[in-house]
Amino acid sequence: MDSASDNVIEIQDLDYSRGPRQIFKGLNLSIGRGKVTAIMGPSGTGKTTLLRLITRQLRPDSGKILVDGVDIANLTQKQLYQLRRRFGMLFQNGALLTDISVFENVAFPLREHTRLPNRLIRHVVLTKLHAVGLRGAADLMPTELSGGMARRVALARAMVMDPEILIYDEPFVGLDPISMGVIVRLVRKMNDALGITSILVSHDVQEIAAVADCSLLLADGKVAASGSPDELNNTSSELVRQFMHGMADGPVAFHFAAPNYADQLLGRDSE
Amino acid sequence: MLRDIYFTVVGFLRTFGALQLFFLRLLVNSPHIFFGRFRLVVQQVQNSGTLSLVIIMVSGFFVGGVLGLQGYSNLARFNAEDSVGTFAAFSLLKELGPVISALLFAGRAGTALASEIGLMKATDQLSAMEMMAVDPLPRVLVPRFLGGVISMPLLAAVFSAIGLLGAHLVGVNLLGVDAGAFWQQMQSTLDMSDVYEGIIKSVVFGVVVSLLAVWEGYNAIPTAEGVGRATTRTVVISAIAVLILDFMITAMAI
Repeated sequence: MDSASDNVIEIQDLDYSRGPRQIFKGLNLSIGRGKVTAIMGPSGTGKTTLLRLITRQLRPDSGKILVDGVDIANLTQKQLYQLRRRFGMLFQNGALLTDISVFENVAFPLREHTRLPNRLIRHVVLTKLHAVGLRGAADLMPTELSGGMARRVALARAMVMDPEILIYDEPFVGLDPISMGVIVRLVRKMNDALGITSILVSHDVQEIAAVADCSLLLADGKVAASGSPDELNNTSSELVRQFMHGMADGPVAFHFAAPNYADQLLGRDSE
Repeated sequence: MLRDIYFTVVGFLRTFGALQLFFLRLLVNSPHIFFGRFRLVVQQVQNSGTLSLVIIMVSGFFVGGVLGLQGYSNLARFNAEDSVGTFAAFSLLKELGPVISALLFAGRAGTALASEIGLMKATDQLSAMEMMAVDPLPRVLVPRFLGGVISMPLLAAVFSAIGLLGAHLVGVNLLGVDAGAFWQQMQSTLDMSDVYEGIIKSVVFGVVVSLLAVWEGYNAIPTAEGVGRATTRTVVISAIAVLILDFMITAMAI
């Protein structure tokens, strides 16, 4: 098989800057089909930005992003929406529509994109809600849900159109251990049961180790390391070790760039 | 100094141009939402209409009452207190009905729209929609815009009607103007063109206030502070726009 069919997403020489800050310089990466790929990295390395680039909510300055071999830069709005139907995305806080119920939230993509009869929509929605264990919450409003539940509903909504690629933006942030475990198991279960590709942005090293087939570590606008979580754990690279073991200082400096400490305290910098 | 003025003017023109483009996009998307997804529009009419209905009715009643009092005491100097009905009707239908309704509508429904849309943006709901391949402009903004455009003239009509009731209560029931004279003079002096002027005003104000509310919400900086600022700007800019347009329409009608 050629590489295009092994990799769902391929990024070649991607440059992206926001204002004066360059976030990616010459980023290359590929995401394998049918796998759970974790994108890790210290805060501010552009993990979420990368997701937004892959889904073309943002456009790169230069470089190519190929989804199934198709460059997404030149798609028309219609083609882009066609492409996005193959994606499901779980936002950091769920991003449920707050003016409609849980049931209607999950039904939303169906109602917008299909002309299915109500009975069938009900059936599909309840199935998906059952899969995330929240069938009983169908009539609640999003504001009545806890953070973990909201994210599970959002997961049900992301799955409802049977996407080929599921994207999770920091799915573990701010969850208690039980909800975290639930989400970790769901990510794995969805990936294997539905045969989809999952992309996961996170910096929870333990959870990633439990769920990911492959991890990519971003730093300095590039992929600093990639491999299975075990390989990353036993690496010799200073940077990867610092990240995986949560050390305060190392290649990623503890201090934000600043003038000389002594000079500043003595007021010599103002001269 | 000159540079600052230059940038302010250019910035204003840019924003104004962008606003017009945005307005065009709303209009282009309006017909298929109105005919295809009428339920979404009805929901928004209910939202922004009922939100403002109570304050419109209360304000209308008291404004009408004040017109009755002022009209009576002023007209009585010319022994023309029977004209208090005409006086109130002219004021309400042509000016106070549309203008005060628009100001109250901006304060009540406009701010609610702006903050709702701003918060949807801040909490990624609009991005989530885009990721579900749903364009938020027709799905979220157009129904809210149309809802405002439809409810504003209705609210202005309610305001004027209740205002007349207030004027009648004060003028006829309280101060003893003859009820027959009150209505008959109103009927004979008031032209249909006066009513049309009021209707045109309320439609224009409805478009302007809804447009500004939706625009400010959609372009809010997606933070708590940004949404707050968008809400404030909605009221301030709507109020100014309504008063300036009121002057222009009145000048054209005379």
